[in-house]
Amino acid sequence: MSVQDKVIEIIAEQAVLEPGDVTLDSTLEDLGIDSLGLVESIFAIEEEFDISIPFNANDPSESDFDISSVASIIKGIETLIADQKG
Amino acid sequence: MHRVVITGAGTVNALGHDVQDTLAAMREGHCGIGALDFQDVERLSIQIGGQVRGFEAEGRYNRQQMSLYDRFTQFTLAAAKEAIAQSGISFSGDLAAKSGVVLGTAGGGVSTWDANYRSVYEEGKNRVHPFVVPKLMNNAAASHVSMEHNLKGPSFTVSTACASSNHAMAQAFTMVRSGLAPVMITGGSESMLCFGGVKAWEGLRVMSKDACRPFSANRNGMVQGEGAGLFVFEDYEHARKRGADILCEVVGFAMSSDASDIVMPSKNGAARAMAGALADAKVNRDQVGYINAHGTGTAANDKTECAAVADVFGPHADKLMISSTKSMHGHLIGGTGAVELLACIMALRDGVIAPTIGYEEPDPECALDVVPNEAREAKVDVVLSNAFAFGGMNAVLALRGV
Repeated sequence: MSVQDKVIEIIAEQAVLEPGDVTLDSTLEDLGIDSLGLVESIFAIEEEFDISIPFNANDPSESDFDISSVASIIKGIETLIADQKG
Repeated sequence: MHRVVITGAGTVNALGHDVQDTLAAMREGHCGIGALDFQDVERLSIQIGGQVRGFEAEGRYNRQQMSLYDRFTQFTLAAAKEAIAQSGISFSGDLAAKSGVVLGTAGGGVSTWDANYRSVYEEGKNRVHPFVVPKLMNNAAASHVSMEHNLKGPSFTVSTACASSNHAMAQAFTMVRSGLAPVMITGGSESMLCFGGVKAWEGLRVMSKDACRPFSANRNGMVQGEGAGLFVFEDYEHARKRGADILCEVVGFAMSSDASDIVMPSKNGAARAMAGALADAKVNRDQVGYINAHGTGTAANDKTECAAVADVFGPHADKLMISSTKSMHGHLIGGTGAVELLACIMALRDGVIAPTIGYEEPDPECALDVVPNEAREAKVDVVLSNAFAFGGMNAVLALRGV
């Protein structure tokens, strides 16, 4: 399974949706994922890919990790995998 | 001063997953204590407990709830649902704004601490689930009850080891009696039956390897249990106006501190708590027909408790009945007073006194009527429920039939 498919699967599970209902341009807000859900998603992604995501729930916009859409999350994860596994 | 009555009760414990099954088991003198079943139990020298069986979180709670509910919260929510459903109250408007929840627990989310320590220390993981803190905190159960049932008034958690539930219920009682709250949800819960939770108790060398036999000369220690007991404490006039079924009345309480030893009980501290509860309830000692004992089955507690009863009640000590239901459901630590209050309600409402099972040999230092091995039918008017905690902190409740 590609990184994209896996991330979509994790986000869909958190949002209690089918993976097909999660599109690349969806925002977490669109999907009904609140702040606790976001933190839990990040934990699940870290566990899945064995990476560490620089994210501080106090000020998500100041983090180096862009969570503005599903696409930006996937892109950030791909970069982290390349950096941390490289 | 407002009169305070109990209009709902709920429980999960080793004897049953609801009040009806629990009281039936108490009447039959059924023992809920058995072999413990969890990871690494073979590394424990104590391998028995009053473990709750067949209570599966799956099916009861959804995935998101399970990630937030430690086992002590799961028990609490199931018991709260039963108690509030029995009371027939739904909380909205002004009633919701004024009503709250005060619960007792000694350890809170012990199995969550245990599982996550295991994961970071034993398995060497460097990441834990983000909800570990909100799951293990001692007030998690009370918070989830308040969220589930829309309770917006005074709400908090009390922690005084083995007296936690009695302190919590005493606090809820004063809130309703004073008029601060029309209804309070109260009681307590505990779930320490995991490797670390039992290993810690093992260290004290006060645990029995085979059975809890309170007051019996051959008793050899306490046995841990787990579960929850929850109650609806309600202003009598409020309950009467809505035609509620009243289970019994809470008439008084007292708290005392031994101020002497961190683990050894004190006759004086226990006696002051019992005498204080009688005074607060304005009842004479000869009106008390039954005492639900703290009765842990340790050498020290049982003889000290009996001596305290003799001091407080004088000649009447030989006429009243006193039993320890810990022999059946184990010691629920912070939740124990709550589950034991069910035996008090059964005594007042059904005229059935729960027995002390496992009783084999009389002990001259516990020479009271401990209702050995078989339940007894008897009409009683006033009962006491004792809880004497490590740390010397005691809380006794007095109840009366209605």
